[in-house]
Amino acid sequence: MGLRKFVDKIKPTFSEGGKLGFLHSTFEGFETFLYVPNTVTKKGAHIRDCNDIKRVMIVVVLALVPAMLFGMYNVGRLAGEDGVLNAFWYGFLEALPNIVVSYVVGLSIEFAFAQKRKHEINEGFLVTGLLIPLVMPIGVPCWIVALSTAFAVIIGKEVFGGTGMNVFNPALLARAFAFFAYTPQMSGEAVWYADGKTGATALEQLATTNQMEWSAMDAFWGFIPGSLGETSTAAILLGGLLLLFTGVASWRIMLSVFLGGLAFGYLFDAVGMTDYPAYYHLLVGGFAFGAVFMATDPVTSAQTNCGKWIYGFMVGALAVLIRVVNPAYPEGMMLSILFMNALAPLIDYFVVERNIARRKKLIKNVK
Amino acid sequence: MKLSKNFTNPLAANNPVIVQILGICSALAVTVKLEPAFVMGLSVTFVCAFSNLFMSLLRKGVPSRIRIIVQLVVIATLVIVVDQFLRAYMYDVSKQLSVYVGLIITNCIVMGRVEAFALGNKPWDSFVDGVANGLGYAFILVLVAFFRELFGSGELFGFTILGDWYTPNALMLFPPMALIIIGCIIWVHRSINKDLQEK
Repeated sequence: MGLRKFVDKIKPTFSEGGKLGFLHSTFEGFETFLYVPNTVTKKGAHIRDCNDIKRVMIVVVLALVPAMLFGMYNVGRLAGEDGVLNAFWYGFLEALPNIVVSYVVGLSIEFAFAQKRKHEINEGFLVTGLLIPLVMPIGVPCWIVALSTAFAVIIGKEVFGGTGMNVFNPALLARAFAFFAYTPQMSGEAVWYADGKTGATALEQLATTNQMEWSAMDAFWGFIPGSLGETSTAAILLGGLLLLFTGVASWRIMLSVFLGGLAFGYLFDAVGMTDYPAYYHLLVGGFAFGAVFMATDPVTSAQTNCGKWIYGFMVGALAVLIRVVNPAYPEGMMLSILFMNALAPLIDYFVVERNIARRKKLIKNVK
Repeated sequence: MKLSKNFTNPLAANNPVIVQILGICSALAVTVKLEPAFVMGLSVTFVCAFSNLFMSLLRKGVPSRIRIIVQLVVIATLVIVVDQFLRAYMYDVSKQLSVYVGLIITNCIVMGRVEAFALGNKPWDSFVDGVANGLGYAFILVLVAFFRELFGSGELFGFTILGDWYTPNALMLFPPMALIIIGCIIWVHRSINKDLQEK
């Protein structure tokens, strides 16, 4: 426990009034990073649990690892590297700059704000910082990643008051920023899925020609081009299982997103607007990734159980609706989640109001 | 002393756009490029100044019951003058501004200043107040347009500033970004003027 003693020894220097007191938040951040904090919540309802936000966030990061590793391998494979290890190493080197840039930019902004406001440093960014490179095409220039991350953290999060106060999912906001600001680099025919190689993703092929050159099995296992983390539905579901098993993500949202997507997929298939099976929607593009990691974000989704069902269903339904009806935006998942983020408080409001009305009626009947 | 305060107040501490949050609609619409933003700012300044002047001159003769109608007649006349002037001498800009010149009539700043200031003050004071509020509006418009044109197309007043190495940020050309820029200006403004911060 040498480290523990060392941390205790230098603690007074960083406390209020100490020599380096202005770095209080930074010190606090590293201390809780190393050890479970021994402080308790001071006000409001609280649950006795050794978990704090850091531990919850680390579970999400772990859940993202399969999708990330597979994404790296897939990049190398598409670039024509032989052998699993070679391909993985190639993809790893391609993806590393984006991941580093996203973490460095985002964390420095977070630290600066926390320091300035004398807040604790929040760990939400550990997840956001990994999500951002995972939802971008692999060849996207680093400066776009840096700019989108800065935009998402400042405008999407700090403006609203930091972690837990944001209305929109910061990682999706970063992608939306990059998508609208630098459309040619982010989508369309020229999207780069491996160094120097360009071409339409499976999603775009479906949107423009109603078919894709890969089989549904390829799409499920992830042997298709696309953004780094979104290609393999299998790897994403593996991460999703971990989230469900640890109770970090809501199974109601996850399930209802898939249900909503399927329902609208079958609807459009039935009326003849699409020519491919409805379940294709769940396999290509960012649908599975969004359903498992983005829509379930506990801050920006609906909070009530009934609200979660409505919220999730609408996310899936709107994603398919945008994909099929609006050819300008082949990836509807991002827009539909952001849109439902904005509506989530409203959904909760009506669920709560209805519950109050129902119980008032009960009282009346008793009288 | 009072007059100079009258003039400087709307420029910063009581700016119509970033403190009173008026005239946002046109601030989003005409700020894609600097030139239309500049012309729009001057047009509103002109309308605001002279509507204030005329209403202040008329203030004792107009029964308060019909004052809104009189105000509208005055403002609408001035707007038509501006519109015709732009069409005659600056046709390109007039095209870019399209309906937004006509919509100066509905700009809350113009009517607001007439109601709040010109009806109770002397003509010269009212004129200065109109000019100052118009310029306060114009200043924000030009500031927003500066960022949007510079980062959205790499140009200023149509001249290329940022060379080939710069990839234009297309989001800057969409109205939401104007709203975010105005928000950032408000953020900076309020962190300087602490008395404006809400508790």
